[in-house]
Amino acid sequence: MSTRSRHFGPYLLRAWAAAMVSLLTGCTGVQSVLNPAGPQAGRISRIWWLMFTVCLVIQVLIIVFVSVPALRRERDAASGQNGATRPNLDPEPNAERRMTHVVLGAVAATVVILFVFLVDSFLIGRSISSVPSRNPLTIKVIGHQWWWEVNYDNPVAARSFTTANEIHIPVGQPVVLKLTSQDVIHSFWAPNLHGKKDLVPGHESTTWLQADKAGIFRGQCAEFCGHQHAHMAFAVVAEPPEQFYAWYEGQIRPAVQPASEAQQRGRRVFLSSACVMCHTIQGTPAGATVGPNLTHVGSRNTIAAGTLANNRGNLGGWVTDSQEIKPGNRMPPNLLSPEDLQALLDYLESLK
Amino acid sequence: MMRLARSSIMKVYAVSAMALMLASASCKREERGFRVSPPASRAIETITLSELQPGSRLPNVPVKNGYEENAYALSEGKRLFDAFNCSGCHFHGGGGIGPPLMDDEWIYGSEPANIFATILEGRPNGMPSFRGKIADYQVWQLAAYVRSMSGLVSSLAAPGRSDHMQATPPEQSKKPEQPKESSIPKSAERP
Repeated sequence: MSTRSRHFGPYLLRAWAAAMVSLLTGCTGVQSVLNPAGPQAGRISRIWWLMFTVCLVIQVLIIVFVSVPALRRERDAASGQNGATRPNLDPEPNAERRMTHVVLGAVAATVVILFVFLVDSFLIGRSISSVPSRNPLTIKVIGHQWWWEVNYDNPVAARSFTTANEIHIPVGQPVVLKLTSQDVIHSFWAPNLHGKKDLVPGHESTTWLQADKAGIFRGQCAEFCGHQHAHMAFAVVAEPPEQFYAWYEGQIRPAVQPASEAQQRGRRVFLSSACVMCHTIQGTPAGATVGPNLTHVGSRNTIAAGTLANNRGNLGGWVTDSQEIKPGNRMPPNLLSPEDLQALLDYLESLK
Repeated sequence: MMRLARSSIMKVYAVSAMALMLASASCKREERGFRVSPPASRAIETITLSELQPGSRLPNVPVKNGYEENAYALSEGKRLFDAFNCSGCHFHGGGGIGPPLMDDEWIYGSEPANIFATILEGRPNGMPSFRGKIADYQVWQLAAYVRSMSGLVSSLAAPGRSDHMQATPPEQSKKPEQPKESSIPKSAERP
C-alpha cells in the first residue's frame, strides 16, 4: 500500500498541478471572459466577479451552518450527553423564535442580493448594448457552415472588400458589427471583447465591439450549427489605427499578379479546376461567393476558420483532402497532380 | 401449448426481421459519406452522345445512382444546385433561360447517366460543360437532385423543405412524372 502510494503520489501531484495550470491559463488566454480587453468585456467580467464572490461567500456560510450542528451532534453522541440515545422532540419556544428570525433574515438578504444582481445586470446590459451614435466603422459578418464571411462595406464601392475568419479593428474605436447568416443560426462570441450575439438567417442583428489594447483575440461560434460547429472559430485582430488603415488599404487592392512561372501555373490551375466554382480572387475571373474570399489568403494567420495554421503543409493537406481534417465541410477533395498542387500552393502563398 | 409457443416465437422472429430490414433501409437513407469514392464515375464512357455510330448500335447500360436513396446526398444536390448557379438558368426547376427540370420532358434523356453526361459535357444552345470543375460525386448528387424535381426518386429520401422561399411544393411531395423524349424547342434553337 505504502509503496503504491509512493509510486502514484508524484503522478497525482503532477496531474493536479497540470490541471491547475491549465485552469489558470484558461483565465488569462486569448479566449476568456476573465481577461477583458474592452469596455464591454470589462463590465461583464466585473459583474461576473461580483456574482462569483457573493455566491462563494454564501456557499461557505451554508457549508458552515450545515456542518456545525452536524459536528456538534456527533461530538455530543461521542460524549453521551444531551439525549444522544433518544432525541429530545419537545418544543423549545425560545429556540424556535430565534430560528424563525434567522430564516426570515436569510430570506430578506437573499431578496436584497438578487435585487442588487438584477439592477446591476440590467444597467450593464443597457450600457454594453447601446450602439454608439457617432459614425463608426461598420463591418458585416455573415455566418456560413462553417466559417465567417467578413464584409467591410464602404459607401464608395471600390473601397469595400470581403475577407474571411479574421476581423481587423482599430484599437480604441467602437466598431459596429452587422450580423446575419447564410444557412442556420450561428452565434458570434469573442469573450475578451463582448458577450454573444446570434446570427439569424434572413435577419440582421447589430452589436458593437471596442478593443482598448492591441492583440489577437479568438472568437468561436457559440450556437450549435452542425457537424463542424467546434471548428468554426475566428480572430479579432485589434491594431493601432495607423496599422489598421494600412491593412485596410492593402485589402482593397486586387490580388497580386503571379511573379514566377510556378505562380502563373498555379493561377491557371486555380482557374481551371474546382476552386473557381466556389472562391473569389479579386482581379481574376474567379468570382464565386460560396466559399471564403481568397484574394489575400496569404496574409491570414489561419485557414479553415481557425482550424489550422496558415502554412504550406496545412494548405496542401486542406486542398487535397479537407474532409479528413474537417469532415462534412463544403470543400470537396481535389485530386491534383503533384506539380499542379505545388504550383497552386505557390500561387496561394503569394496572395499576401 | 408447444405449437402456440412456437408460433409466438416465429412472430417475434418475423417482427425483429422486419425491424432490422426497416433499420437497414433507414441507415442507407441517413448515411453521410464525406470521403466518398464516387459511384461509377466512369459511367461517362458508357454513354453515347450521338445516335450515329458505325456498326450496330451499342445499348446504353443503365447506371444506378445510389445517391437517389440518400437524403443527405439529395439535400447536398439541392444546395449545390443554388451554389453552382444552376438556378441562374433553370430557375429552381421551373425553367427560364434553360429548360424546366420539374416537368416530364427530357431533351437528352432522363437516366441518371444522361444527366451526369449533360452536366459534365454540356449541351448545345447554352448548357456549359462542368468537366474538371465539379467533383464527380457532387455531379452525381446534382443528378440525383435533378431527378427528384420531377418526382423520379424515392419520396422517402427527397428533400422535404427548402432553405429559401419557394413557390412550388417540396420535391418530396412531387408526383412522379412519366419521362418522355423531347426535342429542343424551336424557340431555343440558334438562328
